[in-house]
Amino acid sequence: MTASMLLEVCDLRISFATESGVSRVLDGVNLSIGRGRIMGLVGESGCGKTTLARAVLGILAPNATIEGGAIRFDGQDLLSMPRHLLQRDVKGRRIAFVPQDPYGAFNPLFRIGAQIMELMKWKSPRRQQGERGLGTLLTSYPRARRRADRQAALALLEEVQIPDPERALRKLPGEFSGGQRQRLMITMALLTAPDLIIADEPTTALDVTVQAQILKLLKSLAKDRGVSVLLTTHDLGTAYEICDDITVMYAGQEMETAPVAEFFANPHHPYTASLLESLPDPTREMQEIGGEVPSLLSPPTGCRFHPRCRHASAQCSTARPSVSGDRRMVRCFHPQPPRQEGCS
Amino acid sequence: MRILALIAKRLLWFVPTAAGLIAVVFFISRVIPSDPVALLAGETASRESIEALRTKLGLDRPLLVQLFDYYRQLLQGDLGTSLFTTRPVSEDLLARLPATIELTLAAMLIAVVVGVPLGVISATRRNSPLDHVLRILTVGGLAIASFWLALILQLTFAMKLGILPLQGRITGFPPPAVTGFMTIDALLAGRWDRFTSALAHLTLPAVTLAVPALATVVRFTRAGVLDTLGKSFVVYQDAIGIPHSLIVWKYVLRNALTSTVTQIGLLFGILLAGAVVIETVFQWPGIGTYAFEAILQSDYAGVMGFTVYAGGIFMLANLLVDIAHGIIDPRGGRT
Amino acid sequence: MAHVLLRLARDRSALLGLILVVLVVLAAVLAPVISTHPEAVWDMNPANRLKPPSGEWLLGTDRMGADIYSRVIYGARITLLIAFVAVGTSLLIGVPIGLWAGWNDFWIGEALMRISDVFLAVPQIVLAIAIAQTLGPSIENVILALSVTYWPWFARLVYAEVRVLKNETFIEAAIALGVPQWRIVMQHVLPNVASPIIVRTSIGMGFTILTAASLGFLGLGAPPPAPEWGRMISESREFLPEAWWYALAPGLAIFAVVMGFNLLGDGLRDVLDPRLRRAHDR
Repeated sequence: MTASMLLEVCDLRISFATESGVSRVLDGVNLSIGRGRIMGLVGESGCGKTTLARAVLGILAPNATIEGGAIRFDGQDLLSMPRHLLQRDVKGRRIAFVPQDPYGAFNPLFRIGAQIMELMKWKSPRRQQGERGLGTLLTSYPRARRRADRQAALALLEEVQIPDPERALRKLPGEFSGGQRQRLMITMALLTAPDLIIADEPTTALDVTVQAQILKLLKSLAKDRGVSVLLTTHDLGTAYEICDDITVMYAGQEMETAPVAEFFANPHHPYTASLLESLPDPTREMQEIGGEVPSLLSPPTGCRFHPRCRHASAQCSTARPSVSGDRRMVRCFHPQPPRQEGCS
Repeated sequence: MRILALIAKRLLWFVPTAAGLIAVVFFISRVIPSDPVALLAGETASRESIEALRTKLGLDRPLLVQLFDYYRQLLQGDLGTSLFTTRPVSEDLLARLPATIELTLAAMLIAVVVGVPLGVISATRRNSPLDHVLRILTVGGLAIASFWLALILQLTFAMKLGILPLQGRITGFPPPAVTGFMTIDALLAGRWDRFTSALAHLTLPAVTLAVPALATVVRFTRAGVLDTLGKSFVVYQDAIGIPHSLIVWKYVLRNALTSTVTQIGLLFGILLAGAVVIETVFQWPGIGTYAFEAILQSDYAGVMGFTVYAGGIFMLANLLVDIAHGIIDPRGGRT
Repeated sequence: MAHVLLRLARDRSALLGLILVVLVVLAAVLAPVISTHPEAVWDMNPANRLKPPSGEWLLGTDRMGADIYSRVIYGARITLLIAFVAVGTSLLIGVPIGLWAGWNDFWIGEALMRISDVFLAVPQIVLAIAIAQTLGPSIENVILALSVTYWPWFARLVYAEVRVLKNETFIEAAIALGVPQWRIVMQHVLPNVASPIIVRTSIGMGFTILTAASLGFLGLGAPPPAPEWGRMISESREFLPEAWWYALAPGLAIFAVVMGFNLLGDGLRDVLDPRLRRAHDR
């Protein structure tokens, strides 16, 4: 793991206390995202990608326990950072968030202008260290900065193609469509000039026709500004569209990481290969991966995919290979050789 | 514009409800075993003179006719004349109304100002010792008989400790009446001593009245806040680093209050109900004591008048609540 | 059913509520056994009047010389009788009305709901006072007054629930399959409205007891020498502050039993319908 990686998740282990027992959701996950690169975190529902995203954002549910590992952001371990510093300097400011549900993310009773300016009051890149007030509720918002922030907001709203930004600020969240709301979320994410945006399945809740637009928008805006993106999705197509690198997760473990082209052309991990094979292909029958996703309450030992893997051996149930490489990484004792023909 | 439509709708609603209420109480009050006309006429009155009086008062006509007569009267703003005070009912009630309003507002103020923050704290520190204590207190607050609490408070503070007055609105001469609220009138007249006396007299009744209302407010607020805390915008605001106290007290509270506000109408019902009994205990000269005395004396006009007033106040309170709701929740629909 | 009771048992405050209620019921039932002066409840013994609590008179004596402790215990009978019958009657009137009005779309149903709105518009005690005063002070009249003013709460509750249920898909399916209407109501609708009804019954008990006590306090309840709690408190007024014990006991009794029903009702609500985040009202 080189120091130039913006985000390095090292051996992260997280479990949840549930009524039926302890659910081991993340089992020693490793992930690294380079500066200015878009990383797609791909996996089926329940594989832990959202938990990973939330761990980075610091919004895990109260019944979650971080059993071990580190999340290094620009060299600093977020898990050992004091909460108030995390709250003040990192969240929203250097790490931004585009949630899955644009309907819920806004408070329905406040106009979006007010909500955007609230964000800017605390997280604007123009905010100085010296600004202070008596406690949170009485901190002032200097007029000059406020005007500048507002201009920046209007400019960005134009970039994301929200019609008539001035009027838009005065509207309530309910007055926008799903796609528009997601654009607003992207605006909020970029206004603070972050280093990293975490986009948690940002298009899942949208119509198919709108999905591609939003993704392309996110990509172009991020690239323009050199912002890294961690995009979680269960849809390989989405990942293919805009990501630079892809990491595949299964049942709380990361399986393979590769730059996107190589990932699709040349998957090494059996799981990845099976995933790609299972994509619908008009020239042949639908392929499936036999078996079922394991329960996280009593997961398989070692590599959690081994019960369903064609190439598994005794070794696979006792341990996993350690991590090696950062742009290209396979955690498997039996990586598959390059294929003769490319994947469709 | 929306507000006007709201007012219009409410008024439209009020008419049949009020008419129905009046009809119900009208019939009840007419079905009285004792005969107030005879009482009015006096012990030595003969049968003929009693009947003559009855005819004169219009009480011998069929009930339905009397009812519609009453409706007609009402529309002209006339609530009839009390059989016993011989003054127009509307005059009597109007004179006593400010006292009740002052008491009710004071109680409402206590209930909301103390109750809302307690509810928020109870919700944000869910299942903490403080939360449990508050929950027990609120259940307890709703279990205490208000008249009993009034007596206990009187016993403790007025009789044993002597720091608060026993009853009435004020000791000594009242300040010149401007609003009818003695506390405010005293301030307006610049008489500090009158103000302290009025305030002292207001304390026990207002606190007693406020207890069930306070308990209710805490419970609603707690429920509303808990409900709201689960919503995704709270998670989002946390993720982007908005300070927690801001999230709770500015954003969550507002959402929670949308449901709390509609309950204030209910609150008003509780307060009004309590007022009748508490005014009696503390000898507070409001419409509550008037109602009780009217009932005891089978004073038809008095009872009807009070009912109309109670209904009217209730409707007004609900209207104000709807307006407040419309302001807090600009989405313009019932949540 | 059993698992409901089990979950209820885990809730400590609900358990406390249940214990309080059971204790009061037991006290009422076993009154002759546990009261110290059962014969003195209705007797007049002026020599003993207004004595403070002691070994012989656990809670002191009242103005007639009767033992307050015993009177409070016997008073539980009156209170519980009034509460059970009044709430029961309200239930028996209100639930069928609500069911009928909610299920059928006749205008009469709507009209009935408007009428019940009238009753809900004015605080219960105001109407109850009017009725009780009209009819004269007695236990029966109090029960009548309370029943007449409380049934709308049940009717409204059931009406709203039935209206919602009627739009549920499984009900539509049952109708489409040709299941007779009365059967649908009995088998599908009623069990679903049972939970809110049970909750409201418990909470209604508490409020009915308070209203009944208020009526007693105002002199509209059972006439003396019946040991009605509200009346006892009213009697104590003129003897304060010296005879402080006089007012204390009946009030605490009211508090205990209402608290019990409220806690029980809350617990039932949490167990039976956790999604019910509605107004925690009467």
